[in-house]
Amino acid sequence: MAAAQPSGKQILGAAEIQRSLVRIAHEILERNRGSSDLMILGIPTGGVPLAQRLAAALEMAAKGEEGAGAPPVGTLDITMYRDDLGRHPIRVPRPTRIPGETLEGRTVILVDDVLFSGRTIRAALDALGAIGRADAVQLAVLVDRGHRQLPIRADYVGKNLPTSRSEKVVVALTELGADADAVTIVDAQTQEATR
Amino acid sequence: MKHLLSAKDLSHDEAVMVLDTAEAMAATQRHAVKKLPTLRGKTVVNLFFEDSTRTRLSFEAAAKRLSADVINFSAKGSSVSKGETLKDTAQTIMAMGADAVVVRHSACGAAHLLAHAGWIDVPVLNAGDGTHQHPTQALLDAMTLRRWYAPGGPASGSARAADGAPAPQGRDLEGARVIIVGDVLHSRVARSNVDLLTTLGARVTLVAPPTLLPVGMDDWPCEVSYDFDAAIAAVEPDAVMMLRVQRERMSAAGGGFFPSPEEYSRGYGLGAVRRTAMPEHAIVMHPGPMNRGLEITADAADDPRSRVVEQVGNGVSVRMAALYLLLADEGNQL
Repeated sequence: MAAAQPSGKQILGAAEIQRSLVRIAHEILERNRGSSDLMILGIPTGGVPLAQRLAAALEMAAKGEEGAGAPPVGTLDITMYRDDLGRHPIRVPRPTRIPGETLEGRTVILVDDVLFSGRTIRAALDALGAIGRADAVQLAVLVDRGHRQLPIRADYVGKNLPTSRSEKVVVALTELGADADAVTIVDAQTQEATR
Repeated sequence: MKHLLSAKDLSHDEAVMVLDTAEAMAATQRHAVKKLPTLRGKTVVNLFFEDSTRTRLSFEAAAKRLSADVINFSAKGSSVSKGETLKDTAQTIMAMGADAVVVRHSACGAAHLLAHAGWIDVPVLNAGDGTHQHPTQALLDAMTLRRWYAPGGPASGSARAADGAPAPQGRDLEGARVIIVGDVLHSRVARSNVDLLTTLGARVTLVAPPTLLPVGMDDWPCEVSYDFDAAIAAVEPDAVMMLRVQRERMSAAGGGFFPSPEEYSRGYGLGAVRRTAMPEHAIVMHPGPMNRGLEITADAADDPRSRVVEQVGNGVSVRMAALYLLLADEGNQL
């Protein structure tokens, strides 16, 4: 997402983003009965820092429980698995890093910033399938903005955000060069006009 | 990037981007499933007017790993030997629904002609045109060097030696010193490497007997030496790249560029003594196929610092990157 602070309506601030991640961490622990078999994989770009933060939140939340500790964190690049090649400007693939090199026996939590059409997640499932066979795959997103084009839904959602198609959801994170964490809705048409 | 015709056309940032993409491609080749769905439904035509098994296989492997269909065309035994022109061949290929053309031709500029004559309007990848250019070879050499050269490496005593692990994204070859030895006159590999390595910040020294250097190379961005040993001592190279010398060039009929294989070997071959004179961390490269005993001894070819086999593997990754970048961006300029 864009590094500069966009002008638009701010939906989530830094504190709310952190709170969402902590809540998601608790939901993950509850559903998976602990964190021992988990692996967190962030989808570049926005999902990578969120995956790191979620792992930290999971470590905090699991304190005192059996098998506590930060789950391994990696990144999953989906560029080569996209089905919309040629519709967007070229993307340079980023490295995929799978901690421990195997998905066997793991429950993979995919992390992305915004869930929109669902096509990114479809590509991520293909990419994951090429690497190996995970026991289960779950999806955590910071923002679900609707407009799905595929039968895909998230298991954990930071905030459901009904939007119109002409709007754009921008997730700014300090790790990606933003001044402060924020989720903003920008009207794509006015953004074009002011450019 | 519409075509990949010459290493000279690549800007610094474009070259780094291709290398970064190639590293990402190499990483996918360690997965359980090596095949990527990226170019599914696309057709790549390998148009080879000149024999080249390894380059064709490399391009074919790259296209297939990206799920593209591959049509191989070789001029031998085709209508070209019956007098069909490049234009007719190109248009025939287009009619078959090609999405990209990989072309190898013995004439300099054939790839450029194919790309710009208006006969076809798909990306053209130059897989070697005469003595002119061979950009993917230069890119794979740069990828190999980028893995084994650490900026401020052991020569300066500050950092550890590069261990051949995938290079970090965005790295160039600033400060690397490379010696390219052999038949520069007939070598598209040398030309492409001088262009690309210089763009990436490396310092290139060409070493060859005077008869095997082209005229009018004053504006080439490199240094030239006739003395291999003096060059090793003066440059302290991070890599030495040996070029293939064709035996037929020795006879008077082939041009008589040098008197005898023995004499060439003594002056410009890489053997144990010169290998020892090179810095310990320096790698040995060769575009293949090697003439063992002529430009490189078996010892030097099988030296632990020899990266010849690795270059072949990197070739597939680089060609995957090139095909991806050319076919994926349909109309979107870089």
